[in-house]
Amino acid sequence: MEILKTIELTKSYSSHKALDKVSIEIPQQSIYGLLGPNGAGKTTFIRIITQIFEADGGEIFFNGEKLSSKHILDMGYMPEERGLYKKMKVGEQLIYLAQLRGMKYAEALKRLKYWFKKFDIGAWWNKNVEDLSKGMQQKVQFIATVLHQPSLIILDEPFSGFDPINANLVKDEILRLRDEGSTIIFSTHRMESVEELCDSIALINKSRKILDGKTKAIRSAYRSNTFIVETDRFLPVLPEAFEILEIESKVDHPVRTVVKIKEGSSNHLVSSILNDVQIFSLNEKVPTINEIFISKVTEPIEERVAVAG
Amino acid sequence: MNKIFLIVKREYLTRVKKKSFLITTFVFPLLMASVWIIPFWLATQPSEERIIEVVDEDGIFESHYNERSNIKFVHSDLPLEVAKIHFIEEGYSGLLYIPELDLDDPKGITFWSKQAEGYEVQGTIESILENEIERIKLKMAGIDSGILDKSKTDISLETKNFDGNNEKESNTATATWLSIILAFIIYFIIFLYGAQVMRGVVEEKTSRIVEVIISSVKPFQLMLGKILGIAGVAFTQLLLWIILTFGFGALFINLSGEGQKQAVTHQIQDQPTSMEENSMMLKAIQSIETIDFPLILGMFAIYFIGGYLLYSSLFAAIGSAVDSETDSQQFMLPITIPLAISFAVISAIIREPHGALAFWMSMIPLTSPVVMTMRLPFDVPAWQLLLSTCFLIAGFLFTTWFAGRIYRVGILMYGKKVNYKELMRWFFLKL
Repeated sequence: MEILKTIELTKSYSSHKALDKVSIEIPQQSIYGLLGPNGAGKTTFIRIITQIFEADGGEIFFNGEKLSSKHILDMGYMPEERGLYKKMKVGEQLIYLAQLRGMKYAEALKRLKYWFKKFDIGAWWNKNVEDLSKGMQQKVQFIATVLHQPSLIILDEPFSGFDPINANLVKDEILRLRDEGSTIIFSTHRMESVEELCDSIALINKSRKILDGKTKAIRSAYRSNTFIVETDRFLPVLPEAFEILEIESKVDHPVRTVVKIKEGSSNHLVSSILNDVQIFSLNEKVPTINEIFISKVTEPIEERVAVAG
Repeated sequence: MNKIFLIVKREYLTRVKKKSFLITTFVFPLLMASVWIIPFWLATQPSEERIIEVVDEDGIFESHYNERSNIKFVHSDLPLEVAKIHFIEEGYSGLLYIPELDLDDPKGITFWSKQAEGYEVQGTIESILENEIERIKLKMAGIDSGILDKSKTDISLETKNFDGNNEKESNTATATWLSIILAFIIYFIIFLYGAQVMRGVVEEKTSRIVEVIISSVKPFQLMLGKILGIAGVAFTQLLLWIILTFGFGALFINLSGEGQKQAVTHQIQDQPTSMEENSMMLKAIQSIETIDFPLILGMFAIYFIGGYLLYSSLFAAIGSAVDSETDSQQFMLPITIPLAISFAVISAIIREPHGALAFWMSMIPLTSPVVMTMRLPFDVPAWQLLLSTCFLIAGFLFTTWFAGRIYRVGILMYGKKVNYKELMRWFFLKL
């Protein structure tokens, strides 16, 4: 069963419609990407899930139950604009935040010691947050989100402001948390940052869901049988079955040609150039989510294609 | 409920543990105690003995050489010009010269000193001479000084309250002082701690932690927890202040012990005051017993709590509307005006504690915390207290609800230039 399911979720502010009948299913123990440009409605969606806002219409189910205030205890949330009490000590503050999520003091203390050891930040326990560097604060922020062991973790623009090392650290932790049973929702407009991590995604644009499903399946569906071949020199003239889309040639670089195969397979392509060039590499050009998104939003809005995973 | 308690606890502990809390807790009673104690202490100090040389050509000063304990007058037979050098050589504090006097228009009495002497010396000399000349004139008019002394009367009014049934001792002076002090405390505390609520709200906005918190608790719970937590801090501080003020005061009185009583008697004797003033002071000290302290303190507590709850919720709403403390100025003004007015009318209220102005201002919840407190030592009828309290309770319930609706929107709004129209929009917004 899905850990989270929304049915035709709708929300309007006085001036505009933020969500228009958005229906999404998020599988348990997965990493789910909620993708879309700024202003698409992602943050509104998240604020409704986390019960900060109320929807105007539609339904939400958490683990099969109608979403209610008790479910807050089982969710973790890291907002896009995030922070901590500057003049409060790290240890004390993390326990306080976990207690607000229903964790008992003793339990929170125990879990906190575990995380401090894991990130090797034991020395920070009694420091005020403002005395930490930005990178340290990011780590603390992350711990605050997951300390109470929620089943559903929601991260809004998770990597914004994170330096590469901490971003990697968080990525590893996310994967581990998923393996241990949690579900994670990433919400971001920087799709390339998460598409490698996500098992499933949903694309949101202008308050509507325009696409969702398993990442692999979506990428497959948008495959266009296009290949990138790197050779030592320009390709010979190719039979009709092959269409050259792009050629790139830089000094001291192999020649890079993008070929669309209209008929046949990549093997046929190889055999037709084998005698004329030295092949360094041959790879299928898989569309990035970004490219898929752009192609989708330039389609007329009426055609909402939902690809089931 | 449990969550509100967690928030209250955090808000309370983080502020009580701060250094600034401890400092203000100790500094204020120290100040208060010294305002009362230091004057007394100064009076116990034996003041420098002064020796004044007197060249008395008129002979008028004869009987007064040993009248005062700290100013000694020394008779001099020297001519004036010699005496002027002499008193400096001898190290005396000054030289008093009294020429032959025309009693109808005594002139020419001069006092020389190396340094300017204070009022005490001047006043003492003047009063001695005045009394003496008066006595002489009366004697010349044929009035015996003994008769004169007997005719001096001291009248002090015994003030009592009578409301048709009960008679009670009443006393205006003490009531006035008490009124001022209590009203000031309420005004001060509401301002100080209301502002702390506002600052806390702004801090949560600027540090961006507020969204993390309201994914765990409802905005109203956060606001209420903050208000109650800071109320606890205010209460604790007030309690400590009272204890410490009395503590310092008692400690001091014990240290000086007998010295205090002596000081009081000295003060009464040495100063050129009339007997009327003395008895007034004694009466004031005695009359403190007649004040109904339990009732006054009880009502003080109610107005303190009610006033704080009312204003702090408004301060919370303001805090949620702005992005920094400096932006809060434009909203602070309308909130602080009723508070300031209630304190500004204090002299009018004290003059007419039961007039129309006093009545209405002690009913309106915005001004009643300060104004009713001012009226308390003047025996306010019970029905007025009851009515005023009901209004106050309704008042803070309303402002808390009203502020809550603005707060829940404001805490997530950034960067927008907010005006009153915008605030009303937030009030009606469905989240």
